[in-house]
Amino acid sequence: MIKKFFRILSVVPLAGWLLGGFTAVLIEYYLGDLISYYLYLPKVPVLFGTLIMLKEPQLIPSALAYNLIVYILPILLVGRLLAPVMNGLAALLEKMPLWLATIIHLAAFYGILHMWAGINDYRVLVVKLTMIAIILTISLNIINGYQGEFSCSHPGFMALGAYASSTLTLLLFANDKMFGEALLNPALGPWLFPVVLFIGGIVAALGSLIVAIPSFRTRGDYLAIISLAFLFIVKSGIENLEIIGGPRGMSSQPNYATLPVVFIWMSLCIWIIHNFTTSVMGKALNAVRDNEPAANSMTVNTRKTKMTAFMFGAFWAGVAGGLFAHVLRYVNPGTFGLQKLAEILAMVYFGGLNSIYGSIVGAVSISVLGEALRPLQLFKWIIIPLILILVMIFRPHGLISFTELNVKEVMRPRNKERSEGGE
Amino acid sequence: MAPLLSVIDMTHYFGGLCAVNNFNLAIEPGQIKGLIGPNGAGKTTVFNLITGVYTPTEGTIELMGKNIKGLETHRIAAKGLGRTFQNLALWRHMNVLDHIRLAHYSQLSYGLFGAFFGTPKCREQEEQVIENSYKLLQIFDVKQFATQNIGNLPYGAQRRVEMARAMATNPKVLFLDEPTAGMTPDELIRMIEIIRQVHRDFGVAIFLIEHRMKFVMELCESIQTLVFGEVIAEGPPEEIQNNPEVIEAYLGKEDVH
Repeated sequence: MIKKFFRILSVVPLAGWLLGGFTAVLIEYYLGDLISYYLYLPKVPVLFGTLIMLKEPQLIPSALAYNLIVYILPILLVGRLLAPVMNGLAALLEKMPLWLATIIHLAAFYGILHMWAGINDYRVLVVKLTMIAIILTISLNIINGYQGEFSCSHPGFMALGAYASSTLTLLLFANDKMFGEALLNPALGPWLFPVVLFIGGIVAALGSLIVAIPSFRTRGDYLAIISLAFLFIVKSGIENLEIIGGPRGMSSQPNYATLPVVFIWMSLCIWIIHNFTTSVMGKALNAVRDNEPAANSMTVNTRKTKMTAFMFGAFWAGVAGGLFAHVLRYVNPGTFGLQKLAEILAMVYFGGLNSIYGSIVGAVSISVLGEALRPLQLFKWIIIPLILILVMIFRPHGLISFTELNVKEVMRPRNKERSEGGE
Repeated sequence: MAPLLSVIDMTHYFGGLCAVNNFNLAIEPGQIKGLIGPNGAGKTTVFNLITGVYTPTEGTIELMGKNIKGLETHRIAAKGLGRTFQNLALWRHMNVLDHIRLAHYSQLSYGLFGAFFGTPKCREQEEQVIENSYKLLQIFDVKQFATQNIGNLPYGAQRRVEMARAMATNPKVLFLDEPTAGMTPDELIRMIEIIRQVHRDFGVAIFLIEHRMKFVMELCESIQTLVFGEVIAEGPPEEIQNNPEVIEAYLGKEDVH
């Protein structure tokens, strides 16, 4: 039965699902209020009704019905019924250059996301933080998964990026209490924001040398301790620097990290990391992880490789930190502690090592789950770790590990069987 | 003319222990030389010293007339010294094709920027590497495993992948550390053929450590016998086979049975 259901749906290409998603958000946009009124829901459920369901259990049927009417049915029906048309479109897109087809899919996906999030501000925040979590997870996967060192310093790199970019934007583009008048015309701010984030990333990358250089001589547990030490150095360093707010933190960053900006950075991050990890340069990371002497003997410059892994991972953590600071428009050193570390590590190991695809799944599921279970308060931190433990028992390497992202395969039309047959 | 690889008076101490004493070696282009000796004689240490895993305490090592002593392992490897390992040193989470691809590392020039953005130069070089990798996989008869994870391969095939990988670094001298260890007789015969083929097709000089006398006798032009870090005999196979000292130290036991 379930198998049959999935077989019926297996002919729907990605483009078809996107169209289905688009229909769903259109329905929600125009009819959401009406539907929720007739289902006795106080307002349009924010996050698939999970918050309402947990707070007021008597509304569970209504919230489920809302999900069914607004999301599940339109996506399934439109996806399945228009599958022939969308397969034709997918075939057309397949003939285009890969980058163009990818950008079209991304743009469509962004459109859906934008409309869905546009309903209220809370959704926008959740989506932004989820996308930042994706950048963080993939970048930590570079170090912990691809390069195979257990690094605990990711929140530290993030803090470096967050503080460096916040300092720059506050100094250059904002009139605030801490640094006084803006040095440049604030109108330039949004345009120079990428440069600011880049600098934030570079600062984090330079900071990562403190962990990268010891990694030449030591591995495993010892390096994990060093990286943990680095995290505490950064955190207490910032706490003691009064000029950037000390333990009180920094606030009133300009609102530059809008939804499209975060989305573009996330796409860029995935694209660049994908390019890197599938190239010979990126494979060198795996070789150093699996057998360092062998890598050395096969002409791989292991020191350069380790440094690249750390600096590259830290760079993206710095960028994510910068975005994070400008999304919340407030940072304090307390944010970048062990709690954050546990969160990112959970995303990486839940999703799966050595896999971009897995990291995306891990970041999205843990972030969304974290938000959805918020009403449970304390129990949230019992349920999520339990899920993590269960995943580790049944899939010791995480949900989706050691796979490469194959964009072409994801976007292909589904009406023809693949040439290898099978399935 | 200087030999392709020359090692002169190489001595190495681990703390106070003399692991290798006054080791000399000269390999001419296209030669196959063997190194034999009982367990613990220091054969693998000799390999590790020449390939730069350790730096010898004394002595000189020259490849094509240029000093390579004290260089990092990956630089020595890039200069033309390929090797395999006694206990297979493969990358267990990587597939067969990636093993061969990665061994081209030093031959790539696109740099990190190219890798990040997939520049045309990067793509061109990567395609070339993949093409060349498939050629090597074909030669070593492991092409059918290209997309398989290395762990799924039978032992003999793993050995061949390791050799293909060493050849992908484009070596002038190939060091083989017990290439037939743990192989069945059938695989052994196949290995002899493959080494002959590599020697013929690539014109590479080979220096090998081996325990199986049949294998060494069949392949090598010249054999050195190492006992407790010292070379006690050197010469063509027949001579070594009949050398009383060698028989005593190494072959003796086999003769008794």
